[in-house]
Amino acid sequence: MAMEMRLPVARKPLSESLGRESKKHLVVPGDTITTDTGFMRGHGTYMGEEKLIASVAGSVERVNKLICVKALKTRYNGEVGDIVVGRITEVQQKRWKVETNSRLDSVLLLSSMNLPGGELAEVQAVFSDGAVSLHTRSLKYGKLGQGVLVQVSPSLVKRQKTHFHDLPCGASVILGNNGFIWIYPTPEHKEEDAGGFIANLEPVSLADREVISRLRNCIVSLVTQRMMLYDTSILYCYEASLPHPIKDILKPEIMEEIVLETRQRLLEQEG
Amino acid sequence: MASVALSEAEKVYIVHGVQPLKITVLKEDLRVDGRGCEDYRCVDVETDVVSNTSGSARVKLGHTDILVGVKAEMGTPKLEKPNEGYLEFFVDCSANATPEFEGRGGDDLGTEIANTLYRIFNNKSSVDLKSLCISPREHCWILYVDVLLLECGGNLFDAISIAVKAALFNTRIPRVRVLEDEEGSKDIELSDDPYDCIRLSVENVPCIVTLCKIGYRHVVDATLQEEACSLASLLVSVTSKGVVTCMRKVGKGSLDPESIFEMMETGKRVGKVLHTSLQNILHKEESLGTKRQKVGFLG
Repeated sequence: MAMEMRLPVARKPLSESLGRESKKHLVVPGDTITTDTGFMRGHGTYMGEEKLIASVAGSVERVNKLICVKALKTRYNGEVGDIVVGRITEVQQKRWKVETNSRLDSVLLLSSMNLPGGELAEVQAVFSDGAVSLHTRSLKYGKLGQGVLVQVSPSLVKRQKTHFHDLPCGASVILGNNGFIWIYPTPEHKEEDAGGFIANLEPVSLADREVISRLRNCIVSLVTQRMMLYDTSILYCYEASLPHPIKDILKPEIMEEIVLETRQRLLEQEG
Repeated sequence: MASVALSEAEKVYIVHGVQPLKITVLKEDLRVDGRGCEDYRCVDVETDVVSNTSGSARVKLGHTDILVGVKAEMGTPKLEKPNEGYLEFFVDCSANATPEFEGRGGDDLGTEIANTLYRIFNNKSSVDLKSLCISPREHCWILYVDVLLLECGGNLFDAISIAVKAALFNTRIPRVRVLEDEEGSKDIELSDDPYDCIRLSVENVPCIVTLCKIGYRHVVDATLQEEACSLASLLVSVTSKGVVTCMRKVGKGSLDPESIFEMMETGKRVGKVLHTSLQNILHKEESLGTKRQKVGFLG
């Protein structure tokens, strides 16, 4: 049995440990971004008293003449075509309410799977008040079986062409755009009705469980160090964590070490 | 208690992780975050975080965040125990922890935790109450222990008991003298030196170990998801020597007497290790003295 107590350590600002030369322009609501009126206003900004003021806390992004502020920590704002993982919270007459970590609950109309549980769906439309309408496009989506859900901030999930990843280490990962990440054991044979009605409740083997737990801890450590989540970063982090026992990954010093190694590998790969 | 909604499949996954497939294979215990059935999450303990209290401590156990402040005030002893001071517990579940606690939502949980704390301290040896007496039947120290729940991430009772013990260790009660005049009227004099104080001995202060029954095994330090899968839990309050001061069952499910016995043994074992780690970290913190970098709430 293991029990570890420690004194808290102040967190180091990330830019120091990264050694980044260019610091991002961070603003809080009310900060002036620029007094130059030639720029177009994007999301997260508004014009007041001849200057451009930020309305959310985040980093300033500039694309030619467009200035916008990208919020660092926000609830999920749906976009058409996004893949999300949600939890059914309410069953109403013709639709279900799905919790997707957004400002309002999303709705799932009855033309999809019937059973309550974890559901994978695609955003069909966004209502004016921000509520999102989902639909499960094909039988590939639907109710999820056994696995682990990790909730992270939506801004950390990178937008990619595909969100289903079968990792070579033996488990599969679904990166929902809303920040809900589902880790599950790779099914041995692809069934035709993969989004089936009955979830597979057989016990999962120990080897698969270890992979899933390790992946879960890796994702949590990437999130704590504010790294973007996509299949490559998760895979590199998994490989960097292999020398350590699974439960040690969550210790702060080992977490930093693993994420640093992941970061370096990603930089090497890009450069 | 704050809880998360889980689907059937997720619950099945968690339960199968805790209990092995075959009863003979006892080695297989792998929870969702890789811990074994008797492993705790990493605990961060810091004392002396609130400056206007006599003693304070903050404990972070995974996502559970507890702040305890102890204030020592003078008052009259209870009628049935004229030679002793006493402790008063108050637990505030702040709406910070979960929206369910908004308004009066957290009161039920708060009273439940406070009653449990009263029960575990309700014996002669936990805290030396006689040392809190100033003059019998007239003056004594009352220690008001206030617990604030900042974030709820499962395993509240354990974290609260660790924080209470750490705060009592950190408590500094000013030394007073009772002067008697010729006419017989008593005067209480506070010593001039602000550092002249008495400290409580927390050797026998118990800590709570919560054992949640999942399937037919039990786990220590359950997360919110694991608590949602367990129907019954046993709270065992253990001192550093392994003596059980109080036991309480919570939850809708039933517990077999044999499993209660097993859980109690596990609780005693785990409790002893918990106490040794806590003593070590508290002494280490104290030995750092003024060199210690205070992290507080902005770290």
